[in-house]
Amino acid sequence: MPIHDQGYRRYGGTKAPHGQAWAVIARAGLRTMLARRTFLGLLLFAWFPFIVRAIQIYASTNFSQVAFLSPNVEMFHDFLEQQGFFVFVITVYVGAGLIANDRRANALQIYLSKPLTRTEYVFGKLTILMTFLLLVTWVPALVLLLIQILFAGNFSFLQANLYLFPAITVYSFVETIAISAAMLALSSLSKSGRFVAILYTGLFFFTTALWGVLTLALGGVHTRPGQGRPGVSWISFSADLTQVGNAIFRLPPKYDSPASVSLAVIVVLVVISGFVLERRVRGVEVVT
Amino acid sequence: MDPIAADTRITTQMADSGAVVTLESVTVTYGRNQAMRDVTASFAAGAVGLLGPNGAGKSTMLKALLGFVAPDRGRMRVLGFDVAHSPLDIRARVGYMPESDAHIPGMNAVSFVAYCGELAGLPRVDAMQRAHEVLFYVGLGEARYRNVETYSTGMKQRIKLAQALVHDPDLLFLDEPTNGMDPKGRDEMLELVRDLAHNKGVNLIVSSHLLPDVEYTCDHVVVMDKGRVATHGPIEALKQPRGRTYELRVKTANLEAFIGQIRAAGLECHASDEDIMRVFVPGEGGARELFALAAREGVQVRHLRPSVATLEDVFATAVGEQ
Repeated sequence: MPIHDQGYRRYGGTKAPHGQAWAVIARAGLRTMLARRTFLGLLLFAWFPFIVRAIQIYASTNFSQVAFLSPNVEMFHDFLEQQGFFVFVITVYVGAGLIANDRRANALQIYLSKPLTRTEYVFGKLTILMTFLLLVTWVPALVLLLIQILFAGNFSFLQANLYLFPAITVYSFVETIAISAAMLALSSLSKSGRFVAILYTGLFFFTTALWGVLTLALGGVHTRPGQGRPGVSWISFSADLTQVGNAIFRLPPKYDSPASVSLAVIVVLVVISGFVLERRVRGVEVVT
Repeated sequence: MDPIAADTRITTQMADSGAVVTLESVTVTYGRNQAMRDVTASFAAGAVGLLGPNGAGKSTMLKALLGFVAPDRGRMRVLGFDVAHSPLDIRARVGYMPESDAHIPGMNAVSFVAYCGELAGLPRVDAMQRAHEVLFYVGLGEARYRNVETYSTGMKQRIKLAQALVHDPDLLFLDEPTNGMDPKGRDEMLELVRDLAHNKGVNLIVSSHLLPDVEYTCDHVVVMDKGRVATHGPIEALKQPRGRTYELRVKTANLEAFIGQIRAAGLECHASDEDIMRVFVPGEGGARELFALAAREGVQVRHLRPSVATLEDVFATAVGEQ
């Protein structure tokens, strides 16, 4: 008789209640990405503009010669807009394979045979991408705001711009949710992460190119409000984000399309993404 | 929900019906194709084989029981829970080993199995501990730090079993568990399945088109054909003849005609390898009836031996194979 039988044993512990599996998925996804040195390098690089802005704030509050660099609402808006490049790269790097790789490995039937819903699965995947995107938009922007207070030694800037904190938060979340939902939907359409990356890049630039072509065809310019014919900037996803961002930060609109139209386009995009995910994330793929 | 109360409820309900899974008039349609047609069946506790040729609706049934496919009509219960209303409660108590290759990409075996345990609600430390245990149990102890994508087909089958077991399910759905395995690996897998059912107290539903696999591992069988249940019951009971089966070899110029005569006389005849037939004689007539038939047709009987009924006979009779 063996001293210790390494055979199968029944489990005597307690199990977590339903509804927490999304956190397991998110944790595992975050760990997997952070284990990649290339990605860590990218994340660090994405904070480089933050360092530049932090130096700007430091210099403007400590040296009167460069007082013209003093932070204002536009600086925070511009910072978030400049982070758009890193948002794009991280979205492609992290998001393209989030569902596509699971579909390639038939992992969906493994996931959905466990006590979790399709919504939980999508929410877990969404959390992975959103966390990294917020890490290069919302978090550094808020830290910049904190740095401004620390370097200035008073709250006067914050008091004069009380809406800045909610503006940073709302814009970061609108951008992150829209981009993450669109990328997840695209990722669910294919079994190849590379193909999804190409698809996303194509869609991103295609909508902007289409906007340019339509503007030329309609005889307008890319342009200021009130000039020329009604704009069609709402066709471009990036222009929609800019337009909504300007409205949130109470800045003059950059393009002709009303911000409400741009916001509607973003909402429609999120709704379509949700519909695609509902259709594609299933335990069994039915081909009829 | 209080887990003790829930367990008590399951036990009570199972004791009432004596079945871990029940289906009532379930129909599942893919487009225009009816994969399950008005299926009513129950799966007893223990090991039950779900037997049938490819396309019979076996995998569809398992997927419907897991809630992957919504039936057009009908009602299903698993471990006392209604599939339509409590899919999560069911999945928390069920382990599923899919037919096709399936894994979480980019993980080694132990991480993959532990991850599956966590998804099923195990605390992280417990999930990791059980991952090591079940990987040893399925014979992957030495390979548990290898990436799953580098595994052979047989190893992938084992890892699928491990992920289905890690959260200690009350019921296992095994879809073609020996698919693509070499003979040695197949024997080992069947041993594992048999051990789980007979020594570890895990209820099993083994979907397979391989009769020997089901016969070796299961006590009960549900035979499916063309989306319907062809027959079901304890294997031993199904193998009990309501007549007698004989191996028969004859000398005749026209074998086809003689087989036709046998069938016309109301006997079941399954032509097997070479010139030996298996003839089922219902009732008490036995060999005398066969000899009389041969004499009447002028056919020489060269070999006549009583045969023990096999699951193959049950299957062939149920699905009407010739």
